[in-house]
Amino acid sequence: MKEGDDGKSKLRAQIDENLKRVYQEALEERIPDHLRDLLDRLRQKEAGK
Amino acid sequence: MTGQTDPRDDLPDHLSALRAFAISLCGDVSMADDLVQDTIVKAWTNIEKFTVGTNMRAWLFTILRNTFYSMKRKRKREVPDSDGLLAGRLCEKPAHDGRLAFNDFRRAFSQLSPEHREVLILAGASGFSYEDVAQMTGVAVGTVKSRVNRARARLSDILGLAEGEDPVSGADAATIAVIGAAGVRAA
Repeated sequence: MKEGDDGKSKLRAQIDENLKRVYQEALEERIPDHLRDLLDRLRQKEAGK
Repeated sequence: MTGQTDPRDDLPDHLSALRAFAISLCGDVSMADDLVQDTIVKAWTNIEKFTVGTNMRAWLFTILRNTFYSMKRKRKREVPDSDGLLAGRLCEKPAHDGRLAFNDFRRAFSQLSPEHREVLILAGASGFSYEDVAQMTGVAVGTVKSRVNRARARLSDILGLAEGEDPVSGADAATIAVIGAAGVRAA
């Protein structure tokens, strides 16, 4: 019983670790220029009104 | 009123996180970029709906996931559901070294439903509380918790790992039953 719980929490920890890695890898991807410039464009558009 | 800052100035700080959430949620970079773009434009034009002092990231993530689900509904009418195709594909058993290979994990993750991916990323990877996630996804806290558990179980399932179950114990029980029956007969 104890061993089963142990395996379960170990598996859970591994899932969490891998989930963080999925997110972290996406986080480290370079943001494309058109997205980076989007906020500037919105601001300019508003200033030009 | 010189001390008043425009909350829109904070939007660039959330760009990476928004995009990471979008990629994790839809698994498709070009769709993720469309999602982020729509989210930023919506946030920009509806900034008065944001309550200053509350969690801006949670607010932005909420806009993004709502945009995702309506985009998905729209696209579903145009193209067959790719989730179903993916889910039908079985992935091979993991190497039995006790560790999850990251590529296997990633593939299994991509086979989950968007609801399961969403809840795992929000509550598991990006550090939101269950209460935050409940508010963002518009469901009760209890629903978030059970969804997280189901998502984990589904992941283990796809990976061929039964959570907390020992595959040998079934065989042992059968063996014990046979021994027991033999014992009865002998007596």
